[in-house]
Amino acid sequence: MKLRRIVVTGLGIVSPLGANVETVWKNILDGKSGAKKVEEFDVSDLACQIACRIPLGDSAEGNFNPDDWMDVKEQRKVDPFIVYAMAAAGQALQDSGFEAKTDEQKERAGVLIGSGIGGVGGIYDASVTLAEKGPRRISPFFIPGRLINLASGYVSIRHGLKGPNHSVVTACSTGAHAIGDAARLIALDDADVMVAGGAESPVNRLSLAGFAACRALSTGFNDDPTRASRPYDKARDGFVMGEGAGTVILEEYEHAKARGAKIYGEVVGYGLSGDAHHITAPAEDGNGGYRSMQAAIKRAGLDVSDIDYVNAHGTSTPLGDEIELGAVTRLLGEHAKNLTMSSTKSAVGHLLGAAGAVEAIFSILAMRDNIAPPTINLDNPSVETEIDLVPNKAKAKEINVALSNSFGFGGTNASLVFKKLD
Amino acid sequence: MSDIADRVRKIVVEHLNVDADKVTEKASFIDDLGADSLDQVELVMAFEEEFSVEIPDDAAESIQTFGDAVSFLEKAVK
Repeated sequence: MKLRRIVVTGLGIVSPLGANVETVWKNILDGKSGAKKVEEFDVSDLACQIACRIPLGDSAEGNFNPDDWMDVKEQRKVDPFIVYAMAAAGQALQDSGFEAKTDEQKERAGVLIGSGIGGVGGIYDASVTLAEKGPRRISPFFIPGRLINLASGYVSIRHGLKGPNHSVVTACSTGAHAIGDAARLIALDDADVMVAGGAESPVNRLSLAGFAACRALSTGFNDDPTRASRPYDKARDGFVMGEGAGTVILEEYEHAKARGAKIYGEVVGYGLSGDAHHITAPAEDGNGGYRSMQAAIKRAGLDVSDIDYVNAHGTSTPLGDEIELGAVTRLLGEHAKNLTMSSTKSAVGHLLGAAGAVEAIFSILAMRDNIAPPTINLDNPSVETEIDLVPNKAKAKEINVALSNSFGFGGTNASLVFKKLD
Repeated sequence: MSDIADRVRKIVVEHLNVDADKVTEKASFIDDLGADSLDQVELVMAFEEEFSVEIPDDAAESIQTFGDAVSFLEKAVK
């Protein structure tokens, strides 16, 4: 069966550096950080007291106003990841100019939005209610407002999208898997248009305690939050949690062309692999990431020397950053010296299930503007490398092909390759 | 209007995000005030919480309008 071509025709984002694509992108290129001390709840007994938070406020100033995207009445019923997904999906559809009007258009357009941990905040609250007040006080919206696939469900209902209604849960690879799997649904002719991405609302006491117990979070920068996320730097000590959502509109090439859509680029490669090693730690040889990149580049029909930019998984954990860097170096061989690779998690933090989606967006924008976003706080690299890790300042460079990596707990890896349209 | 009616109206306005003047005696939660079946379950739970009463499921099913809720609660709260 011949695979159909897939292009990206719309982008939408809610993130700690702003709630629309151009605001976030400008802040990233300017080297800003979205990290701050958590003030909305008590963090005094937590090892990690910081997170990258979405700036709430006037949307005209690039801040997030949830009321723009969902009725107040509906917002009360769901965890914030669903509200973020609604906002990112709404933006992306607006950006694409696509609207499902006829029955056929509706049935050929679908949604595939995932989340890593979904409504964990709401599950915590309901558990307290159950313990203190009993089962009769559990809301009928408790289940539908926490389920991960309800991000897709709400978007589907709002926009009348009656094609595939699907979701992904693969920890920190979720967003990348969602985009890759949605692209395949279009390639295999199950849909012409897909709203794809990830959403996460993890900033609460329970998640901070849990990820800290895994020894995954930064704990040494509670008084200097903007310097905490520092991939590849000697002083890095864990990731900084971020919240938000990213979605892209994926569209079959001829479908996009026929309606005169703006085309950001093509999804040419998608690779998946498993480490089969450990529940949280990456395998030291980086073989899982190596194989997901290799598979994505092979699917793209490209050579490793064609890769101009890699948006790294690069979470700022002591182990993971160097393992990924090693895998990329081995894969590229003699071409490593020409590669530019950065971690935008240095700026927006780690959005967990949304990370792969927002980083796909940053990869696409890097291609659009021919500029590599910086790895901020990279002052003293922990290893020597020929690869340009773009320390602290964005770098102009012709970028025709960009690869984005995402690796998750459970040893699950995904790589996406985007290419400018020929 | 009784104190109970005022408290019930406040709950309905908050939960269904409707104007208070739409919450009339005959107003049906589902047909007139935009509730779905889950909203209705949540409303009954909110009444239980506000008035510290237990509303059995068969009684809850008979509460379809604002007036139904007020008359049920006026009896139950005595």
